[in-house]
Amino acid sequence: MAKKTTPKPAPEKTPKAATKKRSTLLDLSRTPAMKKLTGQAEGIYGDIKSGRRPSLRIPIRGLSNVSFSPRKGFFTIGDKVSKRTLSYQTVKPFAQSVRMMAFSKNLIETDDFASKREVYYTAKGSAKRGSEPGSAGWGPAAFKEQDESDAIMDDMEAMVGVNREQLGFIPAEQNGSVAGELIVIDIDPATGKKIEIDCTAFGRGSYSIPSRVEGLEFRTSAKFVLAVETAALFERLNGHAYWRDGKCIITAMGGVPTRANRRFVRLLADACKLPVYIFTDGDPYGYCNIYRTMKVGSGNAAHISEFFCVPHAKLIGVTPQDIRDYSLPTHPLEDKDKKRAQDAIKNDPFFKNNKPWIHALQDMVKMGVRVEQQAFAARGLNYVLETYLPEKLKRPDKMLP
Amino acid sequence: MAKKEKTVQAPVGEKAVAPVRKERKHIHETAESMAARQRDISVSEFFAKNRHLLGFDSPRKALLTAIKEAVDNSLDACEEAGILPAIIVEVKNLGRDRYIISVQDNGPGIMKKQIPNIFGKLLYGSKFHRLKMSRGQQGIGISAAGMYGMLTTGKPVEIISRTGKGKPAHHFRLQIDTKKNKPEIVSDTEIEWDADHGTKVAIELEGKHMQGRQSVDEYLRQTAIANPHVLITYLDPNGATIIYERSTQEPPAHTQEIKPHPLGVELGVMQAMLKETRARNLAGFLQNEFSRVSKRVAEDICAAAELKPGASVSRMGHVELEKLMEGITKTKIMNPPTNCVAPIGEEQLVRGLGSVVPADFYASTTRPPAVYRGNPFIIEAALAYGGQGQEADGPARVLRIANRVPLLYQQGACCSYQAVVQTNWRNYGITQPRGGVPQGPVTIVVHMASVWVPFTSESKEAIAAYPEIEDEIIKALQECGRKLKIFLSSRKRDMDAQRKQDYISTYLPHIGIGLRELLGLSEKEEHKVVETLTGLLERHRE
Repeated sequence: MAKKTTPKPAPEKTPKAATKKRSTLLDLSRTPAMKKLTGQAEGIYGDIKSGRRPSLRIPIRGLSNVSFSPRKGFFTIGDKVSKRTLSYQTVKPFAQSVRMMAFSKNLIETDDFASKREVYYTAKGSAKRGSEPGSAGWGPAAFKEQDESDAIMDDMEAMVGVNREQLGFIPAEQNGSVAGELIVIDIDPATGKKIEIDCTAFGRGSYSIPSRVEGLEFRTSAKFVLAVETAALFERLNGHAYWRDGKCIITAMGGVPTRANRRFVRLLADACKLPVYIFTDGDPYGYCNIYRTMKVGSGNAAHISEFFCVPHAKLIGVTPQDIRDYSLPTHPLEDKDKKRAQDAIKNDPFFKNNKPWIHALQDMVKMGVRVEQQAFAARGLNYVLETYLPEKLKRPDKMLP
Repeated sequence: MAKKEKTVQAPVGEKAVAPVRKERKHIHETAESMAARQRDISVSEFFAKNRHLLGFDSPRKALLTAIKEAVDNSLDACEEAGILPAIIVEVKNLGRDRYIISVQDNGPGIMKKQIPNIFGKLLYGSKFHRLKMSRGQQGIGISAAGMYGMLTTGKPVEIISRTGKGKPAHHFRLQIDTKKNKPEIVSDTEIEWDADHGTKVAIELEGKHMQGRQSVDEYLRQTAIANPHVLITYLDPNGATIIYERSTQEPPAHTQEIKPHPLGVELGVMQAMLKETRARNLAGFLQNEFSRVSKRVAEDICAAAELKPGASVSRMGHVELEKLMEGITKTKIMNPPTNCVAPIGEEQLVRGLGSVVPADFYASTTRPPAVYRGNPFIIEAALAYGGQGQEADGPARVLRIANRVPLLYQQGACCSYQAVVQTNWRNYGITQPRGGVPQGPVTIVVHMASVWVPFTSESKEAIAAYPEIEDEIIKALQECGRKLKIFLSSRKRDMDAQRKQDYISTYLPHIGIGLRELLGLSEKEEHKVVETLTGLLERHRE
């Protein structure tokens, strides 16, 4: 590994002690994942040895098994468990889960990783290579569609109770772009040496958040992080270098933010003690799916939400009140939008007891309209960055918690 | 035929046409001119012109019908004589559309003097004048077949018959005088014949031999199903010999001949019966000529008809006749006896079906006797499900049989077929398109046995849809369906268990592999895991 390298952008010249490194909360080593995997396997093996049908105990993933405490600020998974005892009906997914665990163990041992799609294909490999543990195909136990392998993987992640990346599985997604006065300190995969990445130096382009963000360090003089829903608005802000005047770091979530995106924003905010503002469309999807996931996590991955959310984030806009304040052009709410809002008020542990949010969602349903964040173009192309954002930043009371 | 036209067209039709003139005026007929051409039409002549009524409309169908008539006669004769039938059917091609068909039986033979009438005269027979379950009904069939042969080839019908060992074998060559409906004996000799007793009839005719649903081959196949006690040897035109062995040695139960039931007699028949009876008075007539009419019932009928029991039969006029018919419908009369109808039998039907249609499952039902219009009848149904030979997703085959005779034509018009369509087969685990026969590897057999099967036409191809008959057929089919359902669901259970077994043996080894890799198990331990789990899952089956 250790290979001599020519000097790269010097890592040592961090002048100020602005590299506010904090404990990352998340144990990076893959040892605990390994321990949990073998622990589960021993449980199964123990059952078999004593003549019982073994069971997999998989925490139920979904809002019904999630609780939210305002004090902690993120979703925590409940103790509802689906117990899958080996039977004729469950023998296939059971076998797939066990093989998935073995595959993960192999990834950890060889310090490798695999994308969801790669896992899907690995299982389809030739079953003849039976002697090579972890990499042999699974024959009839292989997956027909990637959906199946994804579901098994998600279940396994919840079962083992660690984050997917620790198991060696990485999502192959677009994790969003970053621009602004920020230096990201990463490791060059070729040399193993630290390198500094200047997020102002991408011209009209931007820095892409990698899939594995643990261990990144940051240096910045920015005052806050602005996460926007759409790539189009990011383009506008970046195209006018809004981050320079606004003294901020901007990132595009591209819809519901991926885990890496959330983790990146969280690491960055924690490391540099920056406030985080979220800018979505003014509609139930923007609030209930995008903002909620960024702030407190998702029901589906509540077991790891603690690390994959930004509890102090706030919604800068577009709020229902903004529609009135800025006389924005709107679209009528569809039935499914209304349903989504009402559902959130009733069932979403985050919104359920959150008065300002209940008020806002009810307000929106009553108005019967939604608004897109690009609607500010109706007031002039750059109105959003010249007027709207500066005004809202001065009025934190007009943001939603 | 028309004789007097001297000019132009000589139409066979009704109207004479005037000599061609300029203004072409019709000369109207007079009663006299018409009378000159009015005369008897012989039955033979009528059928010679309307041969389709008897099932000789196409060469292909004619070949089948001729064989069918001969076989029907042979089987009837054998059974009446209490002989287990063994018949030999031969179809020989003489080139192009010329065929010779011959049917030989081991029956009782025919008395010499009867041979010409039976084969050379239409409507001559023993079966029309009685009510007894038999294949033939009218006494038209075989002579019509001979006549068809004569009309198309000009060749006489050949008959050989011997009534017993030591008796001479007579060889006749007959033609039919169609005008007089009388046999013409071309030759009559005594010959050497290797059969002890029996009859052989050979007809040369214009025909067409084809395979398929309406072929001679299919007819014989179905005859074997409906008559498991018959041995059929078939020499087909290609030189092949097909033998349908008996699947039972038991001849069909003997059936009684019965008198007509009052409710089954129509006005015209009643009139004829009145003319022929030997009884003097009305009550006596009713008692003597009908079944289920006692003295008491006869009196009841007369009372209901407002006629005197002592009224003279010969002086019954039309008004009285109508009154009598009405009186019959008003009187409560016991159903006719049912010992005159013999079913094939559930077991025998399955044997017959099994010897011809190999299948995984058979079911059959014989319904109790029922009555339509005074005629007793019994419905039977059977089905064969599955097996290599049956098409898995085609429509079911429906075999219709009447008094042990397969019906091959006019399926759609037949009450049996309609009943199959009306039965809801989906209840019994087979698919069925709306308004159609069920789909799947099934052969369905419907048999109607009766002293009088109500065919829709003389060619005996379809059973008329009397509600009583249709009802019974549906009930019989439903009973078979229920049996099939039990079979199908138990088979499904077995298949499920098998699938489960396969499933378990497919996936369990992977739990072994996974645990070995996770825990570093030895190969022995891995095998033990799979073994233990197999045992656990087999004991536990949900």
